[in-house]
Amino acid sequence: MAMTLAEAIIAKHTKDPVEAGAICRVNVDFAFTNDITGPPAIKEFRKMGAQKVFDPQRCAVLPDHFSPAKDIASAEQIKECREFAEEQGMLFWEVGRVGVEHTFLPENGLVLPGEIVLGADSHTCTHGAMGALATGVGSTDLAAAWALGETWLRVPETMKVSYEGTPSEWLCGKDMILALIGKIGVEGARYMALEFHGDALEGLGLDDRFTLSNMAIEAGGKTGLINPDDKLLEYARDRAARPFEPLFADRDASYAGSVTINVSDMEPMVAMPHLPENVKPVSEVSGTHVDQVFIGSCTNGRISDLRSAAKVLKGKKVHNKTRLMIIPASYEVYRQAMKEGLFDIFLDAGAAISTPSCGPCLGGHLGILAADERCISTSNRNFVGRMGSPKSEVVLSGPMVAAASAVAGHICHPKEITG
Amino acid sequence: METILKGKAWVYGDNVDTDVIIPARYLVTSDERSLAAHCMEDIDASYAGGVVKGDMIVAGNNFGCGSSREHAPIAIKGSGASCVIARSFARIFYRNAINIGLPILECTETGRITKDDIIEVDLAKGTITNRTKGETYNAKPFPDFLQNLIGLGGLVPYVRARLSE
Ligand code: SF4
Repeated sequence: MAMTLAEAIIAKHTKDPVEAGAICRVNVDFAFTNDITGPPAIKEFRKMGAQKVFDPQRCAVLPDHFSPAKDIASAEQIKECREFAEEQGMLFWEVGRVGVEHTFLPENGLVLPGEIVLGADSHTCTHGAMGALATGVGSTDLAAAWALGETWLRVPETMKVSYEGTPSEWLCGKDMILALIGKIGVEGARYMALEFHGDALEGLGLDDRFTLSNMAIEAGGKTGLINPDDKLLEYARDRAARPFEPLFADRDASYAGSVTINVSDMEPMVAMPHLPENVKPVSEVSGTHVDQVFIGSCTNGRISDLRSAAKVLKGKKVHNKTRLMIIPASYEVYRQAMKEGLFDIFLDAGAAISTPSCGPCLGGHLGILAADERCISTSNRNFVGRMGSPKSEVVLSGPMVAAASAVAGHICHPKEITG
Repeated sequence: METILKGKAWVYGDNVDTDVIIPARYLVTSDERSLAAHCMEDIDASYAGGVVKGDMIVAGNNFGCGSSREHAPIAIKGSGASCVIARSFARIFYRNAINIGLPILECTETGRITKDDIIEVDLAKGTITNRTKGETYNAKPFPDFLQNLIGLGGLVPYVRARLSE
């Protein structure tokens, strides 16, 4: 039987028959959690009577959400994770060496092509860009994976998404994924895997591919898969923490649905409050006032995101009534941005640069919104209250639109700033 | 687990996300009661104070979309709600609810239920009876694998049994 990438990966990890809709018991290659979902996972792990995680080099806790600890309660949560990791001899990184989990793990070769990866975080789908079947679960499921080294998965139907055409210089992965979510809606791919294809995808750098896969969950998807190509395999081989075997979809695989998106004349996109499907071309909402701009998160906190923000901000000033928060998603990104002189551009513009953390993305810390404030953010969710007050608003965009909006003090197309 | 549930309906729309079920600002604990005190706060400030043991949350499509926080079904369970009935559930929430023992029912007719209707659910039969309107709806049955898991009492007893094999 010809298989989609999701099916091919599941088939390598199970003895059960693999067909869309079937439930299979699968081996798990890597299972991780963070400082919010970690403590309940630890509690359930103990309730299960488990003594040892299945393999300490394949189990991890990453303190990234409320770290560096924002208050006493979050310090306690991080401490609980740290102590459990020590007890188990499993992977844990301190502040100063960690990063937002979905940026840090691929950088460190801990998620690899062909693998099944579980994370107690919904944006685990990001790792689909590595060619891994990576999906988010809750804390109890994650604890079970730590205990058994396996989980159950329903084999998802797959939706094929093809990006065709040649994007303008103002377009990035974020615009492409927002265009899809605008088209199919927040539950358009509920319980499905997305598999990204097309000539416009081939031209994309890895950072933009992570952005695409990252937001599969915002369309309800279980994961957002990309078949490995030479670019990806070279990246993975350079960093791999263990051997891996890439897998690919068969050419004649059958898909439950397909969508084609032409990027040739596409404008940069934004998602207006309060759902990621509320997508508009930037020109339609240009002029909308913003109080804060956030560039960062597991969606757009990578080096090419910061480079493209710097391209817009170079020699410009953030509007005097606006604040711009820039948070590199990992220390590797942080160091690289510093080396390239991007920090000078940001600081000259009047931006605040913070240490890697999820920070304001989930309304944690480092830039919470007050009532009636509006933020344009490169993150992935604009739900009610996501970044602070339930009376605040979040608009989602790519880093160039965000940077341009910081200069203008309102939503605007980056060509208006640089032109 | 009790198989007959009875209570009044708290009705919400489509895409009720985990950020409104329990906002991130309260995720500095996973204690059931502390979370329950803020359950649904950002869409319905009257819920946490008004919900009575047995009451049910009734919603449209894609209930529980968003983050993987298990704190969301924990907050609902802790609030005293006996179950959630929705047209459809987001997949992580669906797994989490089963894992922590919060009954959930998928039903295409949730649109017929209005706020404060008195609802009776027979979990064993998968029937939902609207006492106020005198109507009965059917819930979609769970796949066999999940029925077994629910029968065992959730994922924790399942793993405990597997570990002692
Ligand atoms: S950056 Fe935001 S979306 Fe990504 S893992 Fe952190 S909180 Fe979640």
